[in-house]
Amino acid sequence: MIQEGPETTRMDVSGELTHLTLGRIWNRAAHAVNAIPKGRLIIDTQHVKGWDGAGVGFLAFLKSIANRRGLTTELPHLDEDMRKLMERFSQASETTPAQVEPAPGIIETLGRTGRQLAGDLATQIAFFAQTLLTSFWLIGHPRRFRAGDFMNAVELAGFQAIGIVSLLGFLFGLIMAFSSAMPLRQFGVEVYVSDLVAIALVRVLGPFITAILVTGRTGSAYAAEIGTMKINDEINALKVMNLDPVAFLAVPRVLATLLVTPLLTVFANLFGLIGSGLVITSLGYTTTTYLSHVQSILTPTDVLVGLFKALVYGGLIGQIGCLRGLQTKMGAGAVGISTTRAVVSAIVLLVTVEGIFSVLLNALDI
Amino acid sequence: MDETIIQVSHLTGGFGDATVLEDVSFEVRRGEIFIILGGSGCGKSTLLYHMIGLMKPFAGSILINGKDIVTARGDERGKILSSFGVSFQAGALLGSMTVGENVMLPLREHSSLPPSAAEWIARQKLSLVGLEGTSHLKPSQLSGGMQKRAALARAIALDPDILFLDEPSAGLDPVTAAQLDGLILQLSKTLGATFVIVTHELQSIRTLGGRAIMLDKKTKGIIAQGYPRDLQNDRTNPTVWKFFNRSMEFNPV
Repeated sequence: MIQEGPETTRMDVSGELTHLTLGRIWNRAAHAVNAIPKGRLIIDTQHVKGWDGAGVGFLAFLKSIANRRGLTTELPHLDEDMRKLMERFSQASETTPAQVEPAPGIIETLGRTGRQLAGDLATQIAFFAQTLLTSFWLIGHPRRFRAGDFMNAVELAGFQAIGIVSLLGFLFGLIMAFSSAMPLRQFGVEVYVSDLVAIALVRVLGPFITAILVTGRTGSAYAAEIGTMKINDEINALKVMNLDPVAFLAVPRVLATLLVTPLLTVFANLFGLIGSGLVITSLGYTTTTYLSHVQSILTPTDVLVGLFKALVYGGLIGQIGCLRGLQTKMGAGAVGISTTRAVVSAIVLLVTVEGIFSVLLNALDI
Repeated sequence: MDETIIQVSHLTGGFGDATVLEDVSFEVRRGEIFIILGGSGCGKSTLLYHMIGLMKPFAGSILINGKDIVTARGDERGKILSSFGVSFQAGALLGSMTVGENVMLPLREHSSLPPSAAEWIARQKLSLVGLEGTSHLKPSQLSGGMQKRAALARAIALDPDILFLDEPSAGLDPVTAAQLDGLILQLSKTLGATFVIVTHELQSIRTLGGRAIMLDKKTKGIIAQGYPRDLQNDRTNPTVWKFFNRSMEFNPV
């Protein structure tokens, strides 16, 4: 491809120069130009049969590397139209895009992330306060409460989730009972599985799996719905109609999850106990034995503790979903990001709050 | 008719660190059709968002009926907001409600009317914009032009003094766009409201014909003001001339 004279290098290009053929020679040609020590580069295009934009770009590219290395380039056989087009290409490659900021170092990244997290926490607390205050304000202005939206949210988040939450509870009861029955059997005390499962389910796992389910089903839906409204200017439309998006959108939804999560927890608990009962009876114990064990170990406090937790989780999930939706930036991708953020922050928050509950309940001896 | 209804003074604003508008001052008179025009990215919509209180300016004041929307809070702000209606670029009708419910929304939330009366008035407003019999439909079932008209119906639901319209005819076919311009002229006559219209559609600008300001990206402010019929013959400013003559080069004959 390259014939050398003294101080002069000739590059013969022939055949089709299109986006289909250039892939094979692009890098090789670039290497070849880079290998020329100095002098003059003549790119001979008289045997080229066909061109497209990529072909012109290819020549402009070769020319720009040659120029950077201090070579003079000549394209003797290029017609006037091509030459004009190529000049435009060269101009484009010489205008450098806007300065990209250098990537920050580890310490800067840590600092920024820390500041972002602190800011995010502050926003969440502020939003919590805002939702609370708006709810109180709505008590004084009941006409402004979106009862229809609230009922709709209760149906979507609550009634439609009963089936799946019951199934999940049932399976969890089954799995827990089965996997704890195996080790306990070695000591011949598998009947205590019922005590273990009942306490774990009602106090911790029932509310928790319900909360995870509500996060996935409803928290994400809130974020996506409100996020889409945000990018469609619907939130702005509400604002200029002097309708507070928190009162209009967030409060009915947060109240719905707040109400619905404890109710769903009741179903999770009930079906969880049925699931574990099934395992116990299959181990040869009677239903009566199982029920008497459950009855003797569970106190009303246990049930109330679980339901109270569910209430708190429900409020948190609804809040995070609405907040993330309202924080949505521009474009369709932003809705996806908000939904992800809603689910991730809700789960992180749930685990954290669960930890706080465990410590507190232990300290208070409840 | 020369009474000032909106007074923007020394407005500087933008997003984050980026200033889009710098020291912009102008006034809108009661009852006129006032046009804000300019090329893409010149800050037309940003100016509008400042005027309707969705963005806080870095500096300056925006008086609507003599009250500053920038500093107003609570009930005072509510009063200012109720003095105008806004139709957004894409309509921004609430997708979860029907067209009728959208138009009824301001009536239900801000008036003492019983639901049946609000519904009646909403129907009237819809027929005013030529959308009879659509109140039971969802916004997604309407065409782009119908959505914009429905948004207009919602904006006039409470009979505001001022109507802000963001690109009312953008993205519509020429016939629908012309219908919408005709509708704006007709509403301006029948309602007597002040219209503030953001647009870059030459044909609309000529049809509406109201007093205009032209914004420019480079100067971040007003580069020309006056009536479109005068502006299009102005040979003193190349940017204005190019805009009105749809030309890339400045070559007035």
